[in-house]
Amino acid sequence: MKDSIFIAKDIVKQYGNYTALNKVSITVPKGSIYGLLGPNGAGKTTLMRIINQIIAPDSGSLLFDGELLQNHHIADIGYLPEERGLYKKMKVGEQALYLAQLKGMSYAEALVKLKFWFTKLDILDWWNKKVEELSKGMAQKIQFVVSVIHEPKLLIFDEPFSGFDPINAAIIRQEILELSEKGTTIIFSTHRMESVEEICDHIALINKSETILEGPIEEIKKQFTNNSYEVITANKKLCENDYFSIISAKDTTFRILLKEGKTHKEALQSIINEVEIISFKKETPTMEEIFIKAVNNA
Amino acid sequence: MRKIWLIIKREYLVRVRKKSFIVMTLVGPLLMVALMIVPVYLANESQEERMIAISEEVLGFSKQLEDTEYLHFTIIPEVEAEQLKTDFSESPYYALLHIVEDSFTLYSNQQISLTVSSAIENQLEQIIERKKLKALGIDLQLLEEVSTSINITTKIISEDGNSVQSQTKASMGIGFFSGILIYMFIFMYGTMVMRGVIEEKTSRIVEVIISSVKPFQLMMGKILGVALVGLTQFVLWILLTIIISTIAEFAFLDMSSMTADMSDQDQSLILAKISTLTGGINLMQIFASFIFYFLAGYLMYSSLFAAVGSAVDAEEDTQQFILPITLPLILSFILIQPIMENPDGTLAFWMSMIPFTSPVIMMVRLPFGVANWEIALSMCILIASFVFTTWLAAKIYRVGILMYGKKATYKELLKWISYKG
Repeated sequence: MKDSIFIAKDIVKQYGNYTALNKVSITVPKGSIYGLLGPNGAGKTTLMRIINQIIAPDSGSLLFDGELLQNHHIADIGYLPEERGLYKKMKVGEQALYLAQLKGMSYAEALVKLKFWFTKLDILDWWNKKVEELSKGMAQKIQFVVSVIHEPKLLIFDEPFSGFDPINAAIIRQEILELSEKGTTIIFSTHRMESVEEICDHIALINKSETILEGPIEEIKKQFTNNSYEVITANKKLCENDYFSIISAKDTTFRILLKEGKTHKEALQSIINEVEIISFKKETPTMEEIFIKAVNNA
Repeated sequence: MRKIWLIIKREYLVRVRKKSFIVMTLVGPLLMVALMIVPVYLANESQEERMIAISEEVLGFSKQLEDTEYLHFTIIPEVEAEQLKTDFSESPYYALLHIVEDSFTLYSNQQISLTVSSAIENQLEQIIERKKLKALGIDLQLLEEVSTSINITTKIISEDGNSVQSQTKASMGIGFFSGILIYMFIFMYGTMVMRGVIEEKTSRIVEVIISSVKPFQLMMGKILGVALVGLTQFVLWILLTIIISTIAEFAFLDMSSMTADMSDQDQSLILAKISTLTGGINLMQIFASFIFYFLAGYLMYSSLFAAVGSAVDAEEDTQQFILPITLPLILSFILIQPIMENPDGTLAFWMSMIPFTSPVIMMVRLPFGVANWEIALSMCILIASFVFTTWLAAKIYRVGILMYGKKATYKELLKWISYKG
């Protein structure tokens, strides 16, 4: 598994009688954008805290870049937690320098990198302002910069777009994609399935403290594809036959399901003589559908 | 280590730069100097030479009133007295004493100084007393011979057999003062730590920070940073008090003509008096112990304060946890008085061993002289206790800072302690 940046195997974490993670395993490929999904209270935050060594698992093994996860890896990981904030009474620049140095950067290095990022995001004139003078979105931008400033190999974003207006969310998305292009691996946790679809290439779905799905997004979609098709006819009604049954119908749009052992070719041929077909398309499930289905089945 | 240093630096600088810190640092010594100087100034002010006019219908008391160093009595006729009552401004008199039989009234165009009125009162009382004694047939001379005043000299026999003159009054003063100071410092800076923890929690920065440093480092960095703030304030207070009181003394000497008369001889006499007053007390030992008990007591209490801060979401919720922490502290404050009266008693001994009360109580006892083994034992217990409370607090802290929206209970805190990693 040389091309994995992070592997967690059989992670167990208990709080008293409550099991937060029950033998959870994930494998994060190097350079991927890895979506960490799951309903509220599934254990995502606990897992992210374990990766950041904020808390330690009760059992299980953790590998970072081929080594056992150790204290010094903190400098290689960046974390933007969901519960985030800054010292309100501290000046922006001073605070960013402090947080960057806590990640192990030298003062001089931190200063250069911060000036670069502040210029890039056009926020340099906030340097001497106190955080309490900024709007929530402005503070979020600084928070983002602080989490990526030390150029970590692995970035963990928990709901990175919350608190941003659409314009700034787009800017941050662009920055995340740029970081990914440069080779940074990104673990991305969110409830917004459309952004998962947009930017993730791998996902893991955690439900009730267990991993119920993991892998490249394409494979998972394939796995959830059943033999259903969307058929749009010119004006006529479609009738069930030996090859397929109808799941739903709305005007001239029908969703059909192939019967056991029948192919889409056979089904198409069986319709094509009777009705005029405008479109015949294999249905691929959206992430949202997969999420709901997987969680409900589990 | 570098990270904990960064945290200490931030915690220190943020607080030292605060306006409230600067104001407190400046106002503290000013108040202290004012407390020392104002009574002296007031006492001096009243010692001006003053003329008192007396008017009495049938001269009785008037003749017996004697001039003192600062008061000169003049008997004036009734007519002049009536005139004086309507217009005081032109007369050379400070006040008019009007006597009608056994009732006495002092008139003046200004607030009459307490020293003047009590001096006159005293004289009048004596006159009446003497009159009554005479009426009862008691010989005044005999009475004066009977009256006695003695002065006990107390001496402590130390372990090496020398006897040292003990200085109960000075010991009480020093013990009281340093006990109160320790109490104040632990309270002020302990709650400062607690507020700092709550601030990090409510501003939600804590998770950002502990993804870089261990929760224990963050807690210790804060505790040590605030300790340095406390020490800075203490040292500045001492320095400023010395500077301000020196300046005030000079300014005071120049302004008041009365004190200008106080010669160097008088001053050196006072200094000699002070040194004999504190002669039997080991000031260096007290100072060193003060620093120790301040730091160790603060370390023990502040880690508990930090744990409380981590367990709540807002300062309003701290009440239920704060009480058991502050109770022993308040108890030691209340015990200062009884301990001073009996600094070697059983209560004093145990209270200076129990780590929750020892910082304050031992400082109260020290000026009276405490056996070395007692001091050593008390210090060892205190060190062991702060190691223990810090360990305990760290366990609560690391879980507490990540808990939001849940009202913690004691049962829950106990559970947190048992959590692994």
